[in-house]
Formats: sequence, C-alpha cells, structure tokens
Amino acid sequence: MEKRVFFRNRWLPYALLAPQILITLVFFIWPAFQALRQSLYLEDPFGLASEFVGLENFQALFDDSRYLESMRITAVFSVSVTLLALCSALYLAVQADRVMRAALVYRTLLIWPYAVAPAVAGVIWLLLFNPTLGILAHGLQRLGVEWNPAVNGNQAMLMVVIAAAWKQVSYNFLFFLAGLQAIPRSLIEAAAIDGAGFARRFWTIVFPLLTPTTFFLVVVNIVYAFFDTFGIIHAVTSGGPAGATNTLVYKVFNDGFIGLDLGYSAAQSVILMAIVISLTVVQFRYIERKVHY
Amino acid sequence: MRVSLSVALLIPFSTSVLAATEVQWWHAMGGALGERVADIASGYNDSQDQCTVTPTYKGNYTENMTAGIAAFRSGEPPHILQVFEVGTATMMAAEGAIKPVHELMASFGENFDPDAYLAAVKGYYTTPEGQMLSLPFNSSTPILYYNKEAFEKAGLDPEQPPATWPAVAEASAQLREAGYECGFTTAWQSWVQLENFSAWHNVPIGTRANGFEGLDTEFLLNSDLHKTHIGKLAEWTQDKTFVYGGRRGDAQALFTSGECPMYMHSSAGYAGIRETAGFEFGTGMLPYWPEVEGAPQNSIIGGATLWVFEGHEDAEYQCVADFFNYLSSAEVQAEWHQGTGYLPITTAAYELTKEQGFYEANPGTETALLQMTLNPPTENSRGLRFGNFVQIRDVINEELEAVWGGGKSAEEALDAIVERGNELLRRFERTAG
Repeated sequence: MEKRVFFRNRWLPYALLAPQILITLVFFIWPAFQALRQSLYLEDPFGLASEFVGLENFQALFDDSRYLESMRITAVFSVSVTLLALCSALYLAVQADRVMRAALVYRTLLIWPYAVAPAVAGVIWLLLFNPTLGILAHGLQRLGVEWNPAVNGNQAMLMVVIAAAWKQVSYNFLFFLAGLQAIPRSLIEAAAIDGAGFARRFWTIVFPLLTPTTFFLVVVNIVYAFFDTFGIIHAVTSGGPAGATNTLVYKVFNDGFIGLDLGYSAAQSVILMAIVISLTVVQFRYIERKVHY
Repeated sequence: MRVSLSVALLIPFSTSVLAATEVQWWHAMGGALGERVADIASGYNDSQDQCTVTPTYKGNYTENMTAGIAAFRSGEPPHILQVFEVGTATMMAAEGAIKPVHELMASFGENFDPDAYLAAVKGYYTTPEGQMLSLPFNSSTPILYYNKEAFEKAGLDPEQPPATWPAVAEASAQLREAGYECGFTTAWQSWVQLENFSAWHNVPIGTRANGFEGLDTEFLLNSDLHKTHIGKLAEWTQDKTFVYGGRRGDAQALFTSGECPMYMHSSAGYAGIRETAGFEFGTGMLPYWPEVEGAPQNSIIGGATLWVFEGHEDAEYQCVADFFNYLSSAEVQAEWHQGTGYLPITTAAYELTKEQGFYEANPGTETALLQMTLNPPTENSRGLRFGNFVQIRDVINEELEAVWGGGKSAEEALDAIVERGNELLRRFERTAG
C-alpha cells in the first residue's frame, strides 16, 4: 500500500516549494533562457550593435569540421576522465576499506586533492610533465619516449586527462568508501565461509551492491568532465596543440570570454546543454534499470 | 611670486573641502610589474592633490579587457583600461563607448604633444589621419636572445649573434655538434614568426595597409616568402635545429635551462631571463632572409595602451588628461623603461636613459629600440589592425602547431590561416559595420 501525505491547505505545498523553484528560476532557467536568446544574435563585444541572425550561429558551427572534431575530442576526454577517475577511486577505496591501522590518515590524505583549485591542479601536472623541468617528463625521456606535449596531441590529451581525473578521484573515493562501509559485513563473511576468495566476493557481492553509488558517480563525473574542466585545459594546453584538447566547454569559454564572440559562444553552450541533458536522460532511462537498490 | 604663494596657501584649504576626484585605472600588470604601476600611480597622487588615480589589477590582458567590457555593459566602466595591442581593432570599433585620446587631450590636456612618442609606437595606435586613439603605455618588440657560453663552447663568436636565417641554421648545426640538444626556439609564434617576420621583411600581413585603412581587409599570410619561412622552420624541427616549446612564453624554459642556446622573445622578457638564466647571454636583432629586398626593415611592437571610456564627468576627464601628461613625462617613462624592460616610448625618455648611461651599464637592453627604429615604418611595418585578432591568433597557433607536429605542410597551414582568418574578419566586419 502506498503511503500518501495530504496537505490540508491548498497553498502550503506551493509555499514550501517556492524558495527552491525561485532559486532554480533565477540561477538556472533564466541564464539558460538568456543563452538561448543570445545564440540567435550576432553582437559586438560592447553590446552596441546587435543583429538578429536566426540560426546562423548554429549553422556556422555545424559547417565547421573542427567543431565536429571537438565533439569527438570531448567524447574521448570525458570517457577517459570518468573511467580513470572511477577505477582508481574504487581501487583506492577498496584498499582503504581493508586497512586496519592508521585508516583515518590514509583517508584524509586521499581526500586532499579535492580541495585543489582546477587551475592549480593543471599547473601542478603541467610542471610535472614539462619536457624541460618536469620530473615525470625526465622519467619518460629516460625510457626512450619522445616527450613533447607542445607538439604531440596524444601526449597533451593524456596530460589533461590525468590532471582532470586526479582532481575527481577524491570525490569518488569518498562516495565509494561510504558505499563500501554500508555493505553488511554478514554478507561478505557468509561468502567467505562458503569459500569465496577476495576477487570473487568483490565481483559477486560488493560491486553489485555498489551500483547505486557507481551510477550516481558516473553521472556526476560525466557532467564534471563536460563542464568543470576548462580551468585545467586552460592552464595546461589552451586547447592545443593544433586543437587536440579543444573540448566543447573549453571552446565555449574561449570564444565567449577570450574571443568576446557572445552569439557564437552562446550557440555552443546551447548545444552543450542539449548534449548533457540527453546524456543524463539516457543514463536515467536505460542504465538505471540495471542498478540494484 | 605673490600669486603663486597665495595659490599654494589656498590648495590645502580647497582640498579639505573638496575631496580629490577619483580615477579608476584597470590594468593587467601582475607581480613586479604591478608594483611598478602602483608606484606610478602613487607618484602621481603625491605630485598634486586634485586627483587620485586608483590602479586595480584585473587579471591578464584578456581577463582585464573582458572585465572592462563587462563593466561597460553594466554601466559602470572604469575611466582607464589597459588593452593589449591585438584588442586595438575591437576597441576602435566601439564607437560611443570609447573616448579617443586625441579628443580627450584636445578638450582637457594642455600642451600634450603626440609627436613626443616614437613613430613606431605611435603609428600602431593612430588613425591613418594621424589621430591618437589610445595612449601608448607598455610596448615591447621581439628580439633574439642567445647563450654566450654556449656560443663560446661551440666555437662561435660570443659577441656576434647570427644576423640572418642561414646563419642561424649554421650556428645551430655547430651548437648541436657541441652537444646542445637544439638550436633555437621561439615564444609567441604568431607575433614573432609571422607578424614581426612580415614587418621585418617589409611584406604585408593583410590588404588595406594591414587593416589600418578599413575593415574589408584580407590576410596575405600565404605568400611565397611566408611559405618558405614556415616550411624551413618545419624542416628544421626534423633535426631539432628548431624545437617548438609551446604557446606564449612557454618555450622560455628551453632557453634558460640551456637546452636551446637561441631564443626569440619579447624585449620585455629581459629582466625575467636575467633572473632565471644561469649563464651569460646577449641580444641581437631578429634574423632575416638576405635574399629578400628591403629586409631588414623595422620590427613592430606588442604590449598595451591605455583606453579611456566614454560616460564620465568632465572633472574626471580633466584628471585623466592630467595623469596622461604626467605619464608621458620623460622621467616617468625612463624609470618605467629601465625598471621593466619595456621600450622607452617617447624620444625624450630614450634620450634621458642614454644620458644616464643605462645602456652601457646594461648591455643588450638597447637592441630592441635600435631594431624597432632601424628604418622609418612603412605601410607594412607600422603595425596591424585586425578585428577578432585574439581568435585569429588562436587559429594561427593551431595551424602552426599542426605544421610542427607534422600533420600539415606549411602551404596547407598558411592557406588555412588565411581562409579561417578571413572568415573571422568578415564576422567582425558585420558586427562593427
């Protein structure tokens, strides 16, 4: 039998919802609407002259083969960042969960990177990978790798993926650890008594029970990779070399805030918004079915 | 005498009644340069008590410009905004938002002489009719830095930097034989290897006098000379005669670590290089191709100028004009030049610096000035004025990186630069027209 709550006053529920709705309207719906409007105009930076151009900004985008290339780059970037950040966080969480002594120290240390600002994270990795100064670059060169991310696009991509994922690992780690600790000991102990080894216990009991957490983190990480990474890319590669790390969100930032071409930038953010909305819908409709709560 | 005495007595009273007029100056000079800017402002504030100039650091050049424009859009612009040279066309096109400096000085500035500025500096920021739009502040030009110790080790003359591109290639070969990993590298590839390269060889960057004469300009960067030059650089990346070290000044570490003994970079980088290079270094003019007639011509500047926003009170403009006069004085300019490595931008400041014996005490600091004033500027070497140039530089970076990475030939990349650049110019023409 489903439990339902009824309000006696017709207006009370609306009044209770109002603050939330107001915040959503002011901070989400209104700017989104502004972006939509702006994307239909061609305007000078100062806003002195503005011309309605219909869908011309969008047409210009889709005529540009580099924009489609940027979509491919974004897909590669987002999937790599999400996979790397989730896998390493899960590994660390499982290990931290098993540690008996000084567990708190490990946990605290693993959470630290989350407090680092994206641009700073970018600079740290940039220095580590700098062909002249970087300690990691020297190691790679000693191994015979011709390391120069200023010219080699794949190397530049690798660098931004690592920097972006590194920053997200802590966040994922926290959630995985909480998820792991919520799994009843009795289940695992029962499996152990039945003779299941660690790997078997992990894949048949722990991982399935973690799926709600994993699913939530996949959504959050993809949104992170799509939207929150331009600071890192800006600090590390500026989208280069030759556009190899020019993701959609970096292009929005670059054309809008650096190039001051607001209409073009707004059109891109509208497309980006559509992509992320549809991705999230797909995730909730199809992938969520496989989640056990 | 009696009058001036009474005026002097009156001033303290008048200011205690009337607060000094405040002028906002948004700039993009971080770190040590920011301190210099603060010094200039406080020097001015102490020199009189009618006006107070308040400098505020708003981030790097692009951030500062974006902040200024956003402030204008919300109706609260600063009085003075520092804008880098590639933003010139954007600012110029903003009629109604900008008060041209010649207009400001005509109404409020007494005895302001635009001809006091060096022609190569002034030319960049004036209309074809010779009217000054923004006040030159910090200007620099790219020069060649070279590692004297490396030259000695390779058996090259440490007092004789290579003057031509073939000589650079030869010196690079000798340096690599002596054990150096690379020959030379460059900062700001668009500014040094295309924009200044064109001026230095007296060839146009774009039609309509490099954009000075109209918005309907088109790029001419895919000429045979440009293709030869970029093609040569690409060829040189094969054997590491040339190593690309990244955008902006990212290649500097290659020079200061001793990996690449030659480096083309802004003259304003002098102080920074002196601080980080653990070796003795010298400066030379940019190399040129000897078979090109008319080379070397003169190099063009980079850096920034001060723009004045429309929409303030007359009393405030009075202060801005007064401050600009102070800023243009030989003493202030000479101190700024000597303390920062930016060029002395008035003839008087240059003369004063020479008189003070600064160039003898700091060898290599005069190269930039000699190079920039080598010949009177021509239509091709006065500067450039293209709209959307911030994005166009990105396009240039992108295409050139494709060349250094081996993905494109010099010809393909330069053709693409012209095509994509022209598209952005047309887009700008529509919004500015």
